[in-house]
Amino acid sequence: MSALDLQGNGKKVDLPVLTAKDFASEQEVRWCPGCGDYSILKQVQAILPELGVPRENIVFVSGIGCSSRFPYYMETFGIHSIHGRATAVATGLKATRPDLDVWIVGGDGDLLSIGGNHTLHILRRNLNVNILLFNNEIYGLTKGQYSPTSPVGFVAKSTPYGAVDYPINPLALALGAGGTFIARTMDRDVRHLREMLKRAHAHKGTSFLEIYQNCVIFNDGAFEDFTEKDVKAENDLFLEHGKPLIFGKNNDKGIKLFGLKPMVVDLTVPGVSKDDLWIHDEHDRTKASILTQFFDEPGSEHYMPRPFGVFYSEERFCYEDAMLDQINLAKQKGEGDLDALLRGKETWTIT
Amino acid sequence: MSEVQNRPLRVETKQDVTILFAGDSGDGMQLTGTQFSETTAILGNDLNTFPNYPAEIRAPAGTLPGVSGFQVQFGSKEIFTPGDKIDVLVAMNAAALKANLKLLKEGKIIIANTDGFDAKNLQLANCKTNPLEDGSLAKYQVYAIEIGKLMRSALEGTGLSTKDIDRSKNMFVLGLLFWLYNRPLDYTIKNIQEKFKKKPEIAEANIKALQAGYTYGEATEIFTTRYEVRKAKLPAGTYRHIMGNQATAYALIAASKKSGLPLFLASYPITPASDILHELSKHKNFGVRTFQAEDEIAAICAAIGAAYGGSLAVTSTSGPGMDLKEEAIGLAVSLELPIVIIDVQRGGPSTGLPTKTEQSDLLMAMFGRHGESPVPILAAHSPADCFNATFEASRLAVEFMTPVICLTDGYIANGAEPWRFPTSSDLPEFKVKFAAPRNPSDAPFLPYKRNEKGAREWAIPGTKGLEHRVGGLEKQHETGNVCYEPENHELMTKLRAEKVEKIANVIPLQTIDNGTPKGKLLVLGWGSTYGAIKTAVRDLREEGYDVSHAHLTYLNPFPKNLGELIYNFERVLIPELNTGQLSRLIRDKFLVPVVQFNKVQGMPFTVSELKEKIIATLN
Repeated sequence: MSALDLQGNGKKVDLPVLTAKDFASEQEVRWCPGCGDYSILKQVQAILPELGVPRENIVFVSGIGCSSRFPYYMETFGIHSIHGRATAVATGLKATRPDLDVWIVGGDGDLLSIGGNHTLHILRRNLNVNILLFNNEIYGLTKGQYSPTSPVGFVAKSTPYGAVDYPINPLALALGAGGTFIARTMDRDVRHLREMLKRAHAHKGTSFLEIYQNCVIFNDGAFEDFTEKDVKAENDLFLEHGKPLIFGKNNDKGIKLFGLKPMVVDLTVPGVSKDDLWIHDEHDRTKASILTQFFDEPGSEHYMPRPFGVFYSEERFCYEDAMLDQINLAKQKGEGDLDALLRGKETWTIT
Repeated sequence: MSEVQNRPLRVETKQDVTILFAGDSGDGMQLTGTQFSETTAILGNDLNTFPNYPAEIRAPAGTLPGVSGFQVQFGSKEIFTPGDKIDVLVAMNAAALKANLKLLKEGKIIIANTDGFDAKNLQLANCKTNPLEDGSLAKYQVYAIEIGKLMRSALEGTGLSTKDIDRSKNMFVLGLLFWLYNRPLDYTIKNIQEKFKKKPEIAEANIKALQAGYTYGEATEIFTTRYEVRKAKLPAGTYRHIMGNQATAYALIAASKKSGLPLFLASYPITPASDILHELSKHKNFGVRTFQAEDEIAAICAAIGAAYGGSLAVTSTSGPGMDLKEEAIGLAVSLELPIVIIDVQRGGPSTGLPTKTEQSDLLMAMFGRHGESPVPILAAHSPADCFNATFEASRLAVEFMTPVICLTDGYIANGAEPWRFPTSSDLPEFKVKFAAPRNPSDAPFLPYKRNEKGAREWAIPGTKGLEHRVGGLEKQHETGNVCYEPENHELMTKLRAEKVEKIANVIPLQTIDNGTPKGKLLVLGWGSTYGAIKTAVRDLREEGYDVSHAHLTYLNPFPKNLGELIYNFERVLIPELNTGQLSRLIRDKFLVPVVQFNKVQGMPFTVSELKEKIIATLN
């Protein structure tokens, strides 16, 4: 047993010590060998014991797609719902059961295409849930069609001449929808992934965590520019609150803001100092918005390194709390009386 | 208002009267009709109302498509319909007269607002000459009243603008009708005061207009007759006035109390169902959570999420919304979670006739999903019966762990009637027991193990030891694990169907509403056609015809004795506001050659067209 202060009121509650294994269900995991989903599953199972939430209070909700099989593999409560609707199902659950710890798992097709509308609305309502977007830029379960995050020109089964759709920028979308926690990580960097999962969980409100996830069958290497050791340092920018934006193999490059225009500066040039760099502030919405626009493909002309970490976080009231407040306020004026309701204001009697 | 009349005034007693208030959709006819009906209900008359309005909020003023009507039939006998033909036509303009004159009985009353018959209004209504002056209304008693002018003099000195004065002209008409039918003003005055609490000057204008109308009837000598309609001989009890959507909302609150489950309604605004959302949103003191979702799909999915968490979860909609919800209803069938789906039917297909009534969603409710996806279906037959049907749908949903579709329609959802309301203690309890927590030493939890009803346990998150996964993929019998085994799929398909069939064991047997258990002709109805069929069969039986009436509340499954009941008649006639949907189900199930009677005009049946059809079928 371990003692944890669950309520934050100093009273420690004894809990059986759980390990990652306790969060693995008996179901055989049926993702393709080498799929990035395995890594995410493992890290989620690894961090859950550290959160101190009783297992029976955790619910994983998913839609349809490879990643949406996730709940079956978790020894918690879980609903594998229908395509695109995990966010809507989770909204009804969390609105009525604020006591539960609700996680939403979905792919880019599920959360951004068929379920795009619900994603917008859960973000603005800010229910206290965690959304894990497994972005692999492909439809895997339907065997390889381009997705709403696939790049222009992407050749897939349904686009033999290349995709002519302009891709969605998921984090810009989430920020635009009024999201209160926006972050990005990747399947291959397990330490960063674990840290982001914990940050997402710690945030009160809808946490939107985009996870670059490799589909080994239909889109292998889609994110290799950001995940492979030899190129990663030059292409990635790891965000830390209060720290300057620095990247590069030798930590020799920085981002400087000229007004609202970001520029890459070479820190080895005399007169360019770390002190002049953009200092990351998670609570600055305008700067977060600029960061979401660091979205060009590596190698393109004005390439800015792809940010990973928490872009933005904000404290804002949660839908389910406000809903409950209204009910409590109404009840203060008098609990509902069914007979009075049925009777109404005016009656007449026939004898 | 009991001053001695200073003129010869006849008082005529009527058994029943039908009034149609008709005007522009901005003329306040719905409010006028509602106020008249509520006062009439309180006086103890039976009544039935039919609001009939355009889909546009303010259709072009003065035109025929812009006409909004509120029809009410009230009487000293039992009233089941808003009336086929009308005794009084209130026409606020030429278009309102033109659109509704065909409904007026010969020799009966027209009350016309002359301001609505000026050159412009006549042109908008495509009238070449003024019907008030060209002699075309000679068959009727026409009272052409310069309401505008009378109002301006009545409200002189109040400081109100001409516009505000004009806007209360409906209250003048209401006052006049109150005088004509001898009803008191106090109920409406109280309502006006409440409605305009923050605008006392508008309240005053409306009250003065109301009184001016009443006084006009009293003082002018153009009216030589006043009418009296005595109290109706209804079953003893205490009554109130109720509208269908309101009854639906109340039933959900009652079901929440009686089941001990918190109520969650997720809905997307849609005509004619939105009033359920509006009504429930007012009652947070019952712990009701209402969620206006981003779309119809989100609404039902949120309801599924709430049901999973242990709420009495409901979504309300109309036809186009039902189309969108069908996939999620299939999910609820597969998850075996209780949700109540209220479908306030309207004319279709597609956007169809948003404000007009139809019974055309029955087959969609029955078969609208892919795969074998059986869902219990109930239908309400009158505004007050929306309460019974919705309460029962809620009970069946949680007892059988299944989505249940409750069909109402625009006609009864917006219509009103007196309701002998139940008390809380009259309503059955159906307290829900969730699956109990388990210890690690207990046998593994089986989420799809069934009880004798075929229902699985309701295992809500937060319960220790019940961690399990459910989903839309086919599940293994009892364990609920994903399973693609051929035999298992067939077994699960069968078990889901059997569960719905077993509902027939707990619902009442079908009764004959009016008539004999055997005979020449059975008129079998469902839903909102009740009032018209009831009246037609009652009248024809009084005339000696061998005809009986049975009305279905349970459409899936049917009551166990329905086949037997049908076979006891030589013929069965099924009137429906569709092209024959129940007829198909009955033919399919009982192999009987039913006679169809169908109407798809966005309007309810009239009693006379039903009588004609019944007589023709008997011959």
